[in-house]
Amino acid sequence: MREELKTLGRWIAMALLAPLPLLADPQSPVSFPAVQPESVLAFPRDHGAHPQYRTEWWYATGWLRDAQGNDFGFQVTFFRSRPGVQEDNPSAFAPRQLIFAHVAISDARKARLHHDQRAARAVFELAGAREGDTDVWLDDWSLRREGDDYVASIAGRELQLSLRMRPTQPVLLQGENGFSRKGPGGGQASYYYSRPQLAVSGSITLDGTVIDVSGAAWLDHEWASEVLAEEAQGWDWIGLNLDDGGALMAFRIRRPDGSVYWASGAYRDAAGQLTVFGPAQISFEALRHWHSPRTGAAYPVAMRVRAGARTIELIPMFDDQEIDARASTGTVYWEGAVTARLEGKIVGRGYLELTGYFTRPPI
Amino acid sequence: MIAAFQRRFGPALQTAFAIVIAPWQSQKGRLLVALVAIATGVALGYAVQLVNRAAVGELAQAIRFLAGEADLVVRGPRGGMDESLFPRLARMPGVAVASAMLEREVRPSGQTERLRVVAVDVFQAARIQPLLFPETADTMDVLREDTVFLSRAAAEWLGLRAGDSLALEAGRRDLRLRVAGIADAGDLRQRIALIDIAAAQKHFDAIGLITRVDIRLQPGADAARFLEALQRELPPGVYAESPDAAVRGAADPSRAYRVNLNVLALFALFTGGLLVFSTQALSVTRRRSQLALARVLGLSRRGLVRLIVAEGAAIGAAGALAGLAAGYLLAKALLVFVGADLGAGHFRGLEAALAPEPLAMVAYFSLGVAAAVLGSLIPALEAGRMQPAQALKPGDEQRVFERLRPAWPGLLLIAAGLALSQLGPVAGLPLPGYAAIAMLLFGTLALLPRFAAFALDRLPVPASSALQLALAQLRGAPGQATVSLAAVVAAVSLMVSMAIMVTSFRASLETWLDRVLPAELYLRTSAAGDTHGLSPDEQSRIAALPGVRRVEFLRSQQLLLDPQRPHVSLIGRELDPQQPHRDLPLVSESILPAHGKPPPIWASEIAAAIYGFDPGAEIEVPIAGRDVRFTVAGIWRDYARQNGALLIDRSLYVALTGDDNASDAGLWLAPGTDPGTLAAALRDALPGAQRIEIAQTAEIRRLSLGMFDRTFAVTYALEGVALLIALFGLSASIGGLVLARRREFGVLRHLGMTRKQIGAMLVAEGALLSGIGLAAGIALGWIVSLILIHVVNPQSFHWSMELHVPWLALGVFVAAVFALSTLTALVSGRQAMSAEAVRAVREDW
Repeated sequence: MREELKTLGRWIAMALLAPLPLLADPQSPVSFPAVQPESVLAFPRDHGAHPQYRTEWWYATGWLRDAQGNDFGFQVTFFRSRPGVQEDNPSAFAPRQLIFAHVAISDARKARLHHDQRAARAVFELAGAREGDTDVWLDDWSLRREGDDYVASIAGRELQLSLRMRPTQPVLLQGENGFSRKGPGGGQASYYYSRPQLAVSGSITLDGTVIDVSGAAWLDHEWASEVLAEEAQGWDWIGLNLDDGGALMAFRIRRPDGSVYWASGAYRDAAGQLTVFGPAQISFEALRHWHSPRTGAAYPVAMRVRAGARTIELIPMFDDQEIDARASTGTVYWEGAVTARLEGKIVGRGYLELTGYFTRPPI
Repeated sequence: MIAAFQRRFGPALQTAFAIVIAPWQSQKGRLLVALVAIATGVALGYAVQLVNRAAVGELAQAIRFLAGEADLVVRGPRGGMDESLFPRLARMPGVAVASAMLEREVRPSGQTERLRVVAVDVFQAARIQPLLFPETADTMDVLREDTVFLSRAAAEWLGLRAGDSLALEAGRRDLRLRVAGIADAGDLRQRIALIDIAAAQKHFDAIGLITRVDIRLQPGADAARFLEALQRELPPGVYAESPDAAVRGAADPSRAYRVNLNVLALFALFTGGLLVFSTQALSVTRRRSQLALARVLGLSRRGLVRLIVAEGAAIGAAGALAGLAAGYLLAKALLVFVGADLGAGHFRGLEAALAPEPLAMVAYFSLGVAAAVLGSLIPALEAGRMQPAQALKPGDEQRVFERLRPAWPGLLLIAAGLALSQLGPVAGLPLPGYAAIAMLLFGTLALLPRFAAFALDRLPVPASSALQLALAQLRGAPGQATVSLAAVVAAVSLMVSMAIMVTSFRASLETWLDRVLPAELYLRTSAAGDTHGLSPDEQSRIAALPGVRRVEFLRSQQLLLDPQRPHVSLIGRELDPQQPHRDLPLVSESILPAHGKPPPIWASEIAAAIYGFDPGAEIEVPIAGRDVRFTVAGIWRDYARQNGALLIDRSLYVALTGDDNASDAGLWLAPGTDPGTLAAALRDALPGAQRIEIAQTAEIRRLSLGMFDRTFAVTYALEGVALLIALFGLSASIGGLVLARRREFGVLRHLGMTRKQIGAMLVAEGALLSGIGLAAGIALGWIVSLILIHVVNPQSFHWSMELHVPWLALGVFVAAVFALSTLTALVSGRQAMSAEAVRAVREDW
């Protein structure tokens, strides 16, 4: 089983490290469309897949609570990748599109992270990502839009998850109307929108026990052909649902020396007033590092994040939300549930992603 | 051994033992022959066992490795089945992973052997067998169209490293792939190339085809119920089985072959036992006075029996030990020079590893010792039974052999043997046939004294006094003479039976080749038959070439009729249903289906025997995913396809499969056409011509017979061994007989016979003895060969052959044995006469 993960994991590793040009064949004669700043996103069309682009992902994270008041963090991610190989091969098995999926649940009771992953080529309708509206699946794992709701259904080996996520707010277009720069040049950018404040209901199954849960989630949908610059080492990202109905997203891309290559963010208040932040208005400051006993990597699991005039502190649900994929993917990163605090008081909940602290993700 | 006896019986008996053991010093030569015979039997049996274990173990291991964590393996026609089956299986409830594969055997450029190419979807395959793909610098390589991963064995075979280029013959195209990595998973010892399934479908003209789906069930899934549901989902000709069942099916075809060789080895062992018997019997006779003296000196009856049996055991143990060592070396040499399948062609691309197999070691060692102990038992019991006082008198030797006289056990054994030869196989093996051979052998040996007496009594009394004496001597002591001949008879019969069987097979093969190769020039696009072949356009181009008088095309594919057995060939060939015997070597009546009955199909003997296809029967054959009914119109002989073949008319084949390509063509040339010129014209007319094999009939014949000879290389080796044993045994026996009669020579010399006359007498005795031995051996060998040809071979391999006797070879063999035995008698006699005192004669020869 461990060995199985190893092979699969090598693929997932790349898929997971989100803003990377996923699995691109550098020698590929295939040309991928560029992300254009003036484009206008249209829905529901842009809820669906964009198979011409090199990479795309639907990324749902959130906090759940059971009837006893126990907290759980969850993350469900589907990646679509166009590797740009064998596109003219008439074979039905030709790997024109690949689908990767990853699921993780953080169990606050035991301070334990459960996760599972899958990969497949999109053939014979066994896996795929449809155009037109959100509908991405891999065997019996799926994320779909039913009416306005997102429905995630995952039957993993260790964990199962069946969640319905109902939007309570309109779509949040990131960057310039959905055009999200990932660097100072024009090339590195993605189309990016978020669905904050999704009302979640459903169940999770851990160790064979079904737990009814409800909570709030955040969904990102992003697609691009070229995202990360050569000189990037990793990134820090947050997506927070604030208790007052507001939503905050911020990310920074770091160079190997730790300096900031690029940063961006957005805040939308409960009334729908959107503020977009440029690199100068975003800063991440480590408050506390957690040293992984497995990998030795040091993660800034508690951070002070400034976005414009607003500063919050991030405190993890528990420290060890590292995904140690050395035995499987060969990569290591931290992806965990955090609370946002203002002067020590919890003002929101969401997810923090920290990559590039162990090694630079392979391209 | 001797020391142990001395400790046990005390120093008082030392003299007695010394008396008994001492004469052995003078019998080194005879001892050596017995030892060699036992060693040969043990070595052959052990080697065959080792090689086969290595091959079967390797094959099973390779199948298991590929199957990984799969619970079920779904397989169908070797060429492939419709890929739409894959998503249907993948969606079935209870399936955790379904992994589709496309397998091909492809020849790397410049190689004669083929490389097994396994094409997979890396994502699914990794969930069944995670060790399949190695780490690579560029993960994309597992998805590319132009990359290949080689197993360590394949890489070493081809001398390639990561980054090198591998050229493959994909049909008539050249395919260049970059070696992206070497799969070095611990258990993968097979020669395998891994590529992407989509790439393989494209490269090998197999769009839409898969050959296999591995399935892993969800934990807790009801496997039995799933299998039931699965069977409903599978089209005809496609089967699901556990990987273990696949292992059994794969190992099975070699079973009959292995058993054959093992039984031949046991035959050699038996000959060795007989040699020990005759050696011991003679030595007991010759040591009669010494043994009696030992008894008088205090050695008990049981002690004496034990001593003689222990002697036999010591010979057996020494022979068996030597045999085990020789067997191991032989197995090693066979693996290197002949291949893991002993030349039978069952295992391809396997890098077999040899393990000493402790269990087989113990078994064959015990067999060697047992043969020698059994060989010593009768002489030992006989020696124990003697009255010391009487035995100390001269002329008592003849008593030893009196117990072998009654005729009824021999007749009973022969009758039982003949009855057994009429029985069918047990568990697919010709065990009753082997038992029959053993019974006939034992029976003949038991009757040998009777036969000798009978033959000698009918000989006219010769004029020469020396010859009269010779005859009288043999008539007077037929028991002694025939005991010494037992090993000779066994060896001669083995030699004769094998020679007749192999000659019959080879001659039948030659006749068969003439029948199945009526054309003058043959063209073949791919030996595996998996590739595209000749398109209809190319076929008409070939037919239109100047110099081509007539051309016949053939197409075949490989069907799975039973998942426990290998694939069966389905051949589409132009054929006149009215006169099938014109085109086919039929061995049954020809039955033309009545009007309204299913169309005719002709089954090869092997297919008919394995699947029970009788002439006139209606059968169902899964072709292109559905069951098609046929009438079995006849059975034909086929030595080429060991797993069976079915033949239908080509137009019907095209209609059923939609495949109007051809893989082979036979060409008849217009008068005055040079085959070489036409071959060149053919190559010009066809694209990718360097991939097309064009051969003249004579060349194919030569290659086929060469292959036959390689296959029977082991049998030839066995024959050589049998011959050696026979000659050694005969020499030993005659030499022994001569030397046992020292006193007699003395008396004869006193009576005034010249040395020359005694020499002539001995030559006559040798000639008579070997004549009797040869006559009995040839008669027995003949009968055994009939059983081999008509019982053992059809039951083992399901093919028949006509009896052909290698008269010349047998004649040479008979003459050689006859001359040698006579010569031995002469030389022994000379030695006996040369000494001043007869008693000074050395027993060695």
